[in-house]
Amino acid sequence: MKQEEWLYEITPKRKLIDLNLKEIWRYRDLLILFVKRDIVTVYKQTILGPLWFFIQPLFTSVIFTLVFSNIAGLKSGVIPSFLFNLAGITAWNYFKECLTGTSNTFRGNAAIFGKVYFPRAIMPLSVTISNLLKFGIQLSIFIGFYLYYVLIGKDISPNFYLLLFPVYVLMMALMGLGLGMCISAFTTKYRDLTVLVGFATSLLMYVSAVPFSLAEAIKKVPELSWAFQYNPITQLIEGFRFMTLDYGMFTWGGFIYALVFSILLFLVGLIVFNKTEKNFIDTV
Amino acid sequence: MSDVILKAENISKQYRLGTVGTGTLSHDLNRWWHQLRGKEDPYTKVGAVNDRSQKATEDYVWAIKDISFEVKRGEVLGIIGKNGAGKSTLLKILSRVTGPTTGSIKTRGRIASLLEVGTGFHPELTGRENVFLNGAILGMTKAEVNEKLEEIISFSGCEMYIDTPVKRYSSGMRVRLAFAVAAHLEPEILVIDEVLAVGDAEFQKKAIGKMQDISQGQGRTVLFVSHNMASVKSLCTRAIVLENGSSVFEGTTDESVSYYLSLGNDKGADYLRYFNKKEFNQLKFQLINFGVRARTKDYGAPLLRTDDLYFEINFINPKQKNLILSLRFKDEQGNFIFVTTSEKDFQLKEEAQLIHMCVPKSFFNQGVFFVDIQVTNGKKLLFRKKDAISFNIIQEQTALGRWMGKTPGALKPHFKWY
Repeated sequence: MKQEEWLYEITPKRKLIDLNLKEIWRYRDLLILFVKRDIVTVYKQTILGPLWFFIQPLFTSVIFTLVFSNIAGLKSGVIPSFLFNLAGITAWNYFKECLTGTSNTFRGNAAIFGKVYFPRAIMPLSVTISNLLKFGIQLSIFIGFYLYYVLIGKDISPNFYLLLFPVYVLMMALMGLGLGMCISAFTTKYRDLTVLVGFATSLLMYVSAVPFSLAEAIKKVPELSWAFQYNPITQLIEGFRFMTLDYGMFTWGGFIYALVFSILLFLVGLIVFNKTEKNFIDTV
Repeated sequence: MSDVILKAENISKQYRLGTVGTGTLSHDLNRWWHQLRGKEDPYTKVGAVNDRSQKATEDYVWAIKDISFEVKRGEVLGIIGKNGAGKSTLLKILSRVTGPTTGSIKTRGRIASLLEVGTGFHPELTGRENVFLNGAILGMTKAEVNEKLEEIISFSGCEMYIDTPVKRYSSGMRVRLAFAVAAHLEPEILVIDEVLAVGDAEFQKKAIGKMQDISQGQGRTVLFVSHNMASVKSLCTRAIVLENGSSVFEGTTDESVSYYLSLGNDKGADYLRYFNKKEFNQLKFQLINFGVRARTKDYGAPLLRTDDLYFEINFINPKQKNLILSLRFKDEQGNFIFVTTSEKDFQLKEEAQLIHMCVPKSFFNQGVFFVDIQVTNGKKLLFRKKDAISFNIIQEQTALGRWMGKTPGALKPHFKWY
């Protein structure tokens, strides 16, 4: 009998990155069920049901158009400002939902995590996937309005860079997930950051040039242009608008910068998450 | 099949006492600084023994310390100990909810843990949806749940409500459904924390029957934590006893259970079964000591319902004549149950004497009792010591599959039935 052949070992130490994809694969049904739960429970006991997924971005877009385009007079070129804002919000929402959804992973699920083991990475992963579905729904509204504007004769068309679309979605997910995992790990013991997250995300939206174009921001406040340009999320939003509406600033340098940044942020998030998941239940 | 399926070596777990605040931050920074220089964690060297009744003198406590054991395939290991002895901490480490501070656990099988029933139940989802969700959380695949769905639903007895959101369930129904899912888990090693103490009598019976199936019929390895000695005895083949975070005894279930039961009595911390402060009275008689023990055993042994109880009173009475002794029995809440006096049998002599009073077996129900001792001369109360002793009666071992709860009432005498 082979005495030293163990299935696994529970020890205090662990590797820097220990994703254990095999185990996550074994729990794939749980992942699917969590995604389903996140989607289904949102509109239980509501009359409009899944329609709420459409209403939120539409209203935000209307408000942005009113405030930033009509009152503040920020220009969006030939692009209808409503469509312009809808594009920005669709991209921003996915990042933001991933961030806020995962940033509460440890504290929000302490009751489950404290009683049963499953690969902890399932939780943030399920948030990212369920938000991807919501992103898909919001994207379909965007496409709907896009077609409407094309039909009424507006001169808008996507450009060749649309091929990069999947990379952009991946970058949004990686950034939201990476930052969210960092925050969730840092807030298990000291909760100071949770206070910050709420208003920091709404501030971040403005620094990421969501309700106005990057060109407009640089023109109006040139002394702060670095804050807009070096913010990798601006690159995501601006890039998304550029490829779909052919309006905005795009540089390959900025693209690579955002890509490297998102991968690094994800790796850092993963390491911090890994380090925390083992003992967080003692300090949460 | 006698190969070792799980092996725990020197596992310890340290916790910090008190709240998380700026004080913990300085310790964290110090620990991080040590780690950065490649030195050992400075705080693993300190730490108090886990004895909850002591005053805290240090910042750290060892919830469990240097516990080692082995479990063989197909064995049902009981883990017993008083509140705060470290049982749940040990289970948490075994089920990978939290990591040990030192030591390691090696295993050859998948561990599924049942530290709570209904983990992850979502109130908005229906019973059926929750069965799938809960099953997946516990480590089952969708196909496995699908295969057993009918069985799970009928075991829970909630067929009518299965497509209603769980938030409309009564708490008992929720527990039934949750236990039904858990009972159909099929891991190689199952870790269970006192989940049997749920549901009504009928369901408890069902649950225990199912537990026996799992452990005996299907030959699965089970680690079982409970305060209910009867269920430990009926389910486990071997047991370890934890006290103040260390393993103090390991052996067969019967040995371990009696060791555990004697723990509280040795120290006299929980029940004062022996009274030996000399009590004087202006009338010059003295109560030297007063205690209760099982007839065939000494004072250290636990009192079972199957023991004849001997109350021993050592008394000196230099002057008074015609004194009558009486014992007043009260239940845990202090309600009087009955009074018994020595009047009919004898009166106290004018000298030191050892008096016995015997309560036959199967008279008290299980539970805690308090006894007042008093002396009268037939007209007037001369002496009374309130709550002089207290004792705990433990349920005898019940047959397998029987209900293990406590029947109501302080007494449960055995009378003849024709």
